[in-house]
Amino acid sequence: MIFDLDGKRAFAYTAAHEPDPARPTVAFVHGAGLDHSWFGLQSRYFGYHGRNVLALDLPGHGRSEGPPLPSISAMADWLSKVLVRTRTPKAAIVGHSMGSLVSLEFAARHPHQCERIALIAVGFPMKVAEPFLEAARKNDYAAFDMQTIWGHAPQVALGANPNPGMWMYGDSLARLERLAPGVLYNDLKACNDYGSGVESAAKVKCPALFILGRRDVMTPPRTVQLLHEKIPGASTVEIAPSGHSLMAEAPDATLDALIEFISSR
Amino acid sequence: MAGPKYPSLDTLALHAGQSPDPATGSRAVPIYQTTSYVFRDTEHAASLFNMERAGHVYSRISNPTVAVLEERVAALEGGVGAIATASGQAALHLAIATLMGAGGHIVASTALYGGSHNLLAYTLKRFGIDTTFVNPRDLGAWKRSIKDNTRLLFGETLGNPGLDVLDIPSVAQIAHAATVPLLVDATFTTPVLMKPFALGADLLYHSATKFLGGHGVAIAGVLVDSGRFDWEASGKFETLTAPYAGFHAMDFEEESGTRAFLLRARREGLRDFGACMAPMTAFQILQGIETLHLRMPRHVENTRKVVAFLSKNPAVEKVIYPELPDHPDYALAKKLLPHGCGAVFTFEIKGGRLAGKRFIESLRLFSHLANVGDAKSLVIHPATTTHYRMSDEDLRKAGITAGTVRLSIGLEEPQDLIEDLDRALKAATRAL
Repeated sequence: MIFDLDGKRAFAYTAAHEPDPARPTVAFVHGAGLDHSWFGLQSRYFGYHGRNVLALDLPGHGRSEGPPLPSISAMADWLSKVLVRTRTPKAAIVGHSMGSLVSLEFAARHPHQCERIALIAVGFPMKVAEPFLEAARKNDYAAFDMQTIWGHAPQVALGANPNPGMWMYGDSLARLERLAPGVLYNDLKACNDYGSGVESAAKVKCPALFILGRRDVMTPPRTVQLLHEKIPGASTVEIAPSGHSLMAEAPDATLDALIEFISSR
Repeated sequence: MAGPKYPSLDTLALHAGQSPDPATGSRAVPIYQTTSYVFRDTEHAASLFNMERAGHVYSRISNPTVAVLEERVAALEGGVGAIATASGQAALHLAIATLMGAGGHIVASTALYGGSHNLLAYTLKRFGIDTTFVNPRDLGAWKRSIKDNTRLLFGETLGNPGLDVLDIPSVAQIAHAATVPLLVDATFTTPVLMKPFALGADLLYHSATKFLGGHGVAIAGVLVDSGRFDWEASGKFETLTAPYAGFHAMDFEEESGTRAFLLRARREGLRDFGACMAPMTAFQILQGIETLHLRMPRHVENTRKVVAFLSKNPAVEKVIYPELPDHPDYALAKKLLPHGCGAVFTFEIKGGRLAGKRFIESLRLFSHLANVGDAKSLVIHPATTTHYRMSDEDLRKAGITAGTVRLSIGLEEPQDLIEDLDRALKAATRAL
């Protein structure tokens, strides 16, 4: 679905279904340098199981017009406007990595629009290693290499992809190569600069789920502790073999965790 | 802080795509000789059919053994993924059928394997897809031949059999300026000698029957996508960017971005045309790939010795190999193929067709057959075999004469090969 927001073209994947006001909605928010298709299997599932799906391309990503938004709070406010624009009173929000921070901030800033949040590969503070940030700032290809290698569990370099015939490293690099210069740096800087995670977590009143990859080297499971302490009743699913790219590395386990959480009352 | 490192090509050749089998711990890739896979329940079945979950449904679409080969080749080539097919020809057909239908147009090199030439010049024409053939060295001809309905540029990394080196960076630039992709047949080079995606190609395929397997026991193909071509931005590929009634109105580009081409190729091409690879074949090709990085340098080393011998032999009119200074692509080969120009080349024997016939029949070590890229050395006379359906004019354009002999140099002791060639050349000359 292409729509206009603040005079700019925006895109949401809807799994080939027109949004139906009678149905509950799940919105998906991608991570740094990525787009809606990162949630391909998971968003498609919900779109074909009685939910409206809005798998978004943040500004400057995928099919949404740039420039990219400079901060997590700006992205959270943009998400709020998207729901208004698409006549979605309330949505379950699924965010990955940077998108999980956006989801957290959205739940804190716009609680009336937020039914629940599922934060995948989240941690706080989400500090980015200086060489990674610097390479991204220079639009140096080394930043794509770092995102690709650190963005997956170590065994992915050699191991089998659950998605038959696909090479996860190659897919990651191809996605990153499609980005406009500066977009990855913008996103990494937004993660690195985000400082209100604990305060925002304390404001979350809706159900929350953390989905973590046990072999995540970018946001190791221990880095969720500060957020977990502030969200009473938040549950955690830790997926043993996965790294940071849970939707690709462990698509079924991630989907199962989402189904259980989103279907629960 | 040191940056992270990718596994080297040698390591990927042995490991990529496979974790030890979760069911048995098997270190070798198991041969999943099964047509189909039991669903956990009806919901699981529906999810697999509707692409909401990853997994296997039916071995025409995907198979665990075949998937290891696909992922391994994609890793070696630096692609987003791959599809293994029943043959190299099936891979070429799958690529074309995924990109276009009747009314489509291809610009292709004249220096092609005879089977590929047949498909483009005769068979696809019957289905409404036309091809304009161009001299691969004539960059202006590539550009001039592109029409509004052109959907693909196609050539071989090393043309068969004259070893024309495709100037991939330049041809890719021409293709991209016209917002169409460049497909290359990388059979003769393999990822050990050349990485076409790094040079600008968008799609590639192998006849895995040849060097990837290396043993000559299985017919196989692999089609690989770089994931770099932006189908949506091009606006010329409805098969990838418009809702497809054959799969729940799926817009493949919207659905999967970098994986759109392979998704359509698998979900339509393998589903409907059905030219899939058997699991046993995948296992056999994987055995070959495990030693590809060791075999290719030896193939090249042996070839250089044989080329040096033939170049000085008085019975030989001409040797055509891009590492020779008189080859028209000598400079380009140095740039694009620094690790060697492969192990297939041609030479012209003095005395024409008759001498060629006697030469081939006098060989003892070289096998006279229609294949290349085997561990064993091979020989053939293209004008009467692989390229026999081509007109004299087309033969000339492909750099083939009545006296052209094609050799595929294997892994034998090179001196044994040279002695076999020497004996056969003497026999051929003596008879004249």
